[in-house]
Amino acid sequence: MKSLILRSLSRLASDYGMVAVLALLCVYYSWVTCEQQTPVGKAAAEQAAEQVEKLCGARPTVLILSRGTREDQEFAESLASLLAKQGAGVAGTVKEGPADARRQLEALNASGSKLDAIVGDRDAIAWPVFENLRQRFPALGTVQTIAPHSYWWPNFLKTDNLLNVANQITVIAVIAIGMTMVIITAGIDLSVGSLIALSAVVAAALIRGWAGGEHAGTWGMLVCSIGGMALCTLVGVFSGAMITLFGIPPFIVTLAMMLVASGMAYIISEGQSIYQVPDSYVWLGRGSDLLGIPNGVVLMFTLYAIAHLVMTRMSFGRYVYAVGGNAEAARLSGVPVQRVIVIVYAISGALAGLGGIIMASQLKSGSPTYGAMYELYVIAAVVVGGTSLSGGEGKVLATLIGAFIIAVIQNGMNLTGVESYTQKVVLGVVILGAVFLDMLKKRGWVTRLVSRKAIQRPVG
Amino acid sequence: MVDRTPLLEMRGIHKRFPGVKALDNVDLELHAGEVLALLGENGAGKSTLIKVLGGAHQPDAGTIRIEGQALVMRNPQDARRAGVGLMYQEFNLVPSLTVRENIFLGQEQTRLGFLRHRDEHRLAAELLARLSMPLNPELRCGSLSVGQQQAVEIAKALSQRMKILVMDEPSAALTPQEVERLFVIIRDLKSRGIGVIYISHRLDEIFEIADRVMVMRDGALVGSRPLSAVTRNELIEMMVGRSVQQEFPKQPAAIGEDRLVVSGLTRGRRVRGVSFSVRRGEVLGLAGLVGAGRTETARLIFGADRLEAGTVVLDGKPLRIRCPRDAIRAGICLLTEDRKSQGLVLGRSVQENFALPNLARFSRLGCIHQRREADVFAEYVRNLRIKISGAEQRVRDLSGGNQQKIVLAKWLERHADILIFDEPTRGLDVGAKYEIYLLMNDLARQGKGILMISSDLPEILGMSDRILVMHEGRVAGEIRDVAGATQQRVLELAVGGAK
Repeated sequence: MKSLILRSLSRLASDYGMVAVLALLCVYYSWVTCEQQTPVGKAAAEQAAEQVEKLCGARPTVLILSRGTREDQEFAESLASLLAKQGAGVAGTVKEGPADARRQLEALNASGSKLDAIVGDRDAIAWPVFENLRQRFPALGTVQTIAPHSYWWPNFLKTDNLLNVANQITVIAVIAIGMTMVIITAGIDLSVGSLIALSAVVAAALIRGWAGGEHAGTWGMLVCSIGGMALCTLVGVFSGAMITLFGIPPFIVTLAMMLVASGMAYIISEGQSIYQVPDSYVWLGRGSDLLGIPNGVVLMFTLYAIAHLVMTRMSFGRYVYAVGGNAEAARLSGVPVQRVIVIVYAISGALAGLGGIIMASQLKSGSPTYGAMYELYVIAAVVVGGTSLSGGEGKVLATLIGAFIIAVIQNGMNLTGVESYTQKVVLGVVILGAVFLDMLKKRGWVTRLVSRKAIQRPVG
Repeated sequence: MVDRTPLLEMRGIHKRFPGVKALDNVDLELHAGEVLALLGENGAGKSTLIKVLGGAHQPDAGTIRIEGQALVMRNPQDARRAGVGLMYQEFNLVPSLTVRENIFLGQEQTRLGFLRHRDEHRLAAELLARLSMPLNPELRCGSLSVGQQQAVEIAKALSQRMKILVMDEPSAALTPQEVERLFVIIRDLKSRGIGVIYISHRLDEIFEIADRVMVMRDGALVGSRPLSAVTRNELIEMMVGRSVQQEFPKQPAAIGEDRLVVSGLTRGRRVRGVSFSVRRGEVLGLAGLVGAGRTETARLIFGADRLEAGTVVLDGKPLRIRCPRDAIRAGICLLTEDRKSQGLVLGRSVQENFALPNLARFSRLGCIHQRREADVFAEYVRNLRIKISGAEQRVRDLSGGNQQKIVLAKWLERHADILIFDEPTRGLDVGAKYEIYLLMNDLARQGKGILMISSDLPEILGMSDRILVMHEGRVAGEIRDVAGATQQRVLELAVGGAK
């Protein structure tokens, strides 16, 4: 049992060596973005309520400080209700800064009522108005100032940020599934970036013109989105047909389709963004129904699971690898090579279309400018994942890792305040470095270097 | 002859790879003007020894002396500088460059950085004339025949003033005439004092061209003999380490009715109206020179190329074959002559290669039943004695014999009615060949029809029940009485000559 675990672990490491890189990156960014965190909102309220209960005895009276932000309001409201539950009284909520606080304190002092605690965030309880309360407002009795404890935690590892990373990568990662398959067949699909725009524009235009614009129903939106994806699938089928029937190199065919699709997106949208979609259209891009995980991210993971099974457990997956490894040998073994290639480009097109729908949903509009340069990020994700551009090798799940590596680096640089021009440089270097490392590993240079040192002896 | 310093002397060469002792205390001696044949089964250590000599591998221990001088060869450049030229089966020629450009690649004749085309042209023509291969140096190498390319490769080595020339299976892809021409060249090299190391599995050739033979087995030297003092059977015994009764264990099976009948197969100039039939239990040998249209005929039957005219009938049923998939479904399979480029997906695992044409049997609704796949494969590994480290091993890392067995296994599992073997034993050692022959006997006994294409005349004569000879795209003749036939007779038909 133990050896089984060890063996599968070492296999995981060799098959998905990039996992280690990803883990290192996460550790690094966690380290450098570690900061003192102050809880806000509900979490802060819960903590403050606990402290009030502990420090102020039974039935205390509390003054709540809030500065009018959304989080502060949430804090004040939930604290008030929590305190009410504990049997504490809320003397008032300060909403307009120190002057308001002074007014309320004076009013309380004048009415002769007791006050046990003032609760607010760290900055608020440090207002000068709360100094020397005993002398200035003797009627209030002993007043404690209470703020939720701060703690150390990396900005990188905050739930919101992690969800952000996943959200940012969704479109690229979804398309990278198809791209991985295409690249395993020793092809390339440059049209996916433009297909994002085409699909987004077609879906949005259909919603505007056919499904009733802002008042479109769920089914209408679904049909329109599938329409956008269907068109992209057709573009993929067309590319695949040109490649198999006429032997035109995939690079050329998909380069042409990249221009065609982008042009079509501009023509259909007349160069404008299309905003006439219902509010509910953002369900896929911004909604989160399952344990707070965004729907797009759930969809992404689901698609990866399916793709992994297809590539490892189904005949079709075997055929994809065989076609990329040696198309002639595959053909002579009875593999329907042409069909496999067409299907692979169709999948790539369909997933690019889906990427366009997700982006349209995230941004609640369809625009022909979507997806520019995305084909390169998608290819980068695949390549960083260790898939060889010469075909026959690669893993879908490794592509997911590759996509996350890119997303984590981008996010980390944003968090650490690296400016966007520098980010591009770093990203380029990282892509090259990742592929270089992978190459070293595959050629066994690392082991050879070590073993050569060990056995080198003078000859002659 | 006495106490002459050898041209090349390798002493006590040791080389270990992780888990394998590839070379164990191997000595090699080569004199100027000598042809040394290096013989051994696949995996005996010949290629490793050659790679050590060529600087591609570093020996763990041992010395290499050339003309008495100890040398350390850290890389192929060192070896080339020391005068060691290696010729691999895969030529190191750039097909898109001309003969002249290839000969001078890396040592261009220049003045002030400009190429001196005329000088190069003259030198190249001289070199080729010396090799009695009067080629136009301005032809592109891609357009040359295999034999011509080989001559270019030798010319290149000569231009670099090589003292030692290593030829790895130089005759594997040559026609008998081309082999003859190669031998003329080698004799010429000998007379110039160049030492030649000649690696081949073809004993006939070794007896014809070599002065001395060195046999290796399991990484060690078995012995080194002058060819005048050794017999064919002794050599085979030295190679396999046991006595071998016969090279061709042919056991005729009961021959029945026609199974595969093809008539009028035509495609371009390569195949012109070929008709024949293969009967139940029969091994039909298809002989001919390279380029006679044998492989092309097989590809037409298999649907690898589109038929222009002709019909294929299997067991009385006319077939409509438009692609290999159709042929495989109908029960015909083709073991291609070129395993590496056509038979196998080298970068994938042995099991995946095995399963490729059989996935439909192992899967339901497109999902592969992995346990069944693994079980069936394991059975073949056992029965065919395929040496692999595991089902996940890449085919690329197997020896030629084991690669061929993987190809065999994948087609055997199809349980096809007609098997077309195209050069089934090319590049295989004696032991592996023997096993393939036994398997063919077995298949014939099961009532299958076998079409065997081979350029190895002893093999054709030794294993066929009937022989067809092709010449320039046509069937030039048929030999029914195989036992009474001679190589001479087959060759006569193959060159389209006397009846």
